[in-house]
Amino acid sequence: MRKNWLGTWVGFVLIMAWCLLPVVWIVSLSFKSAAETTAGSPQFFPKAWTTQNYKDIIDNPDFTRALLNSAGIALSATFLSVVLATLAAYAIARLDFRGKRAVLSLALAIAMFPVVSLVGPLFDMWRTFHLFNTWPGLVIPYMSFTLPLSIWTLSAFFREIPWEMEQAAQVDGATAWQAFRKVIVPLAAPGVFTAAILTFFFAWNEFVLAISLTSTTASRTVPAQMAYFVGADQFNPPYSQLATASVVVTVPVVILVLLFQRKIVAGLTSGAVKG
Amino acid sequence: MAAIEMRNIVKKYGDGFPAVNDVSIDVEDGEFMILVGPSGCGKSTLLRMIVGLEDITSGDMVIGGKRVNALAPRDRNLAMVFQNYALYPHLSVFENIAFPLRLAGRPESEVESKVRDASKTLELDEHLQRKPGNLSGGQRQRVAMGRAIVRDADAFLFDEPLSNLDAKLRGQMRTEIARLQKRLGITTVYVTHDQTEAMTLGDRVAVLRRGVLQQLATPRELYTQPVNLFVAGFIGSPPMNFLPAQVNGDQLELPFGSVTLPKDKAAKAEGRGVIIAGIRPEHFNDAAVLDAQTKAKGATFTAHVDVVEWLGHEAYAYVPFEASPDVADQLAELERDLDGESIRTQLVIGLDANSTIAKGEDAEIWVDSSEVHLFDPATGENLTLST
Ligand SMILES: Nc1ncnc2c1ncn2[C@@H]1O[C@H](COP(=O)(O)OP(=O)(O)OP(=O)(O)O)[C@@H](O)[C@H]1O
Ligand SMILES: [Mg+2]
Repeated sequence: MRKNWLGTWVGFVLIMAWCLLPVVWIVSLSFKSAAETTAGSPQFFPKAWTTQNYKDIIDNPDFTRALLNSAGIALSATFLSVVLATLAAYAIARLDFRGKRAVLSLALAIAMFPVVSLVGPLFDMWRTFHLFNTWPGLVIPYMSFTLPLSIWTLSAFFREIPWEMEQAAQVDGATAWQAFRKVIVPLAAPGVFTAAILTFFFAWNEFVLAISLTSTTASRTVPAQMAYFVGADQFNPPYSQLATASVVVTVPVVILVLLFQRKIVAGLTSGAVKG
Repeated sequence: MAAIEMRNIVKKYGDGFPAVNDVSIDVEDGEFMILVGPSGCGKSTLLRMIVGLEDITSGDMVIGGKRVNALAPRDRNLAMVFQNYALYPHLSVFENIAFPLRLAGRPESEVESKVRDASKTLELDEHLQRKPGNLSGGQRQRVAMGRAIVRDADAFLFDEPLSNLDAKLRGQMRTEIARLQKRLGITTVYVTHDQTEAMTLGDRVAVLRRGVLQQLATPRELYTQPVNLFVAGFIGSPPMNFLPAQVNGDQLELPFGSVTLPKDKAAKAEGRGVIIAGIRPEHFNDAAVLDAQTKAKGATFTAHVDVVEWLGHEAYAYVPFEASPDVADQLAELERDLDGESIRTQLVIGLDANSTIAKGEDAEIWVDSSEVHLFDPATGENLTLST
């Protein structure tokens, strides 16, 4: 028993160290002064802790603008993708229509399509449509790349919900839409949140499209903006600034996950009905 | 409140199989109607057509004088209790019961008072804030009932509401449902395959077999005047005995000997060759315990008793016999229809608790010949119905 307990802890600590080391390293970097990071032999923890990096980055208008772009684009893409995926998944789970399998296979095919191969065509297309370097120019591709996964996740959730839930609601006087909104969606909430988190992550961290389809800070997101951080010269990259930016963009994601995790757990435990 | 009229209802599913075939049932206003039959006979399908969850292939569904074939479930104003209750797991008991009222957009004060009323009737007061997932089977069943009774619906529909409960709770809930229905006086259609529920709850019972209505009658009439072999075998426990027989004059020839039939009965079956005689276990008795007057009303024969089961207030004796092949086929088919509820080729004889017949004895058995039913072996039709 005791031995077991010891083994569990040793394993736990090892895995935590393995996963958290890079994170701690970045956090530690963000508290070092520029001089320290460029010195020949940097040590793990800062010699002199400084919050100067955070002050600098908040004062950097390009960065705050990129943060705003990131938030706006990721949230719109998430919202649209989840709403569309919920409706589509419901139709797929509940209705029998011709070409249902085709829709599902096509969705899967899109998910497997390499994003990079679309950069060229999208670049040309967006310039023609005047979507280049705009928010919708990023929201649209983010939506289409995350929709398939969301549809698959959600239709699995919908299929788990007994038909009778909905029929009971209809007998109780609900329209099809009311039954969907008041009974089915709350029951599929864990699925909806899972899809939302996955979509948000993708849009928040995406780099290739973000750097190719933008040209100014009007719509450049944080991952792309960070590529434009340059130091005093090319031999002295601004490590501490990059680290600070990374910390700043990661914090909202961590908070979001913690918030939604509660919801997911709450949703999963209230499912049982049958006697 | 409303009467429900079904006229020549047919339901064919996608594969063309008629799950319900030309069923006509009229449920009077305030009546408790039971739909009963073996598994897969179309009871649920019929109920779901009443409530509007299943399209009607042909025929008319008339509720409260209005044809509702094309109406959506929510426009029919019926309340239904599903077999697995279908409670909303994300809502509290209070909100589950209030759900139909909220959909109808009733004011908060009315919702509050109606839900309180329902929960008081169903003794759910201390559970109102809990989630259905944390309740016992019987409590969930009551929540489902609560959701049905708050609504002032025109009729209640139940689909095997007690089948998920254990035997004791089932008995308890059965009386509760009966009491509630009598008090509210609402038209009710109740699906079950449990014949105790069918016999005790219903004002009238509709027996279905393979989508076809067999008989629609009061429980008493079903028991004493079954129209065919199927109804006779389905209603009653232990089931009716079926024996190959032949009528000669006023004599009914059974595998154990001859019994004198009342004249009118004999006349109806005379000259038909081999027929099936149906006799309920309680219409036999030990000849030794009967007074002469009772004995004179029936006939006696001698049989070799195989096993005796004594249950305190009554006893059963088992007597094996050989069925002739032409009758055996019909009985085997009947057995399949009745979910394999075994109609073995043995006679089950109800005995008075005072009887001293022991196993392995040759005993003198009395049979009440006025209670004998005679069935046509080809069609299963009861030849001896008193009209
Ligand atoms: N969606 C469907 N598609 C095709 N056939 C169906 C469908 N639903 C039911 N059936 C068939 O219709 C017949 C009647 O089914 P139904 O569910 O009404 O039976 P039931 O009398 O309620 O039986 P049980 O006592 O087992 O609930 C069955 O033979 C079944 O196979
Ligand atoms: Mg059923």
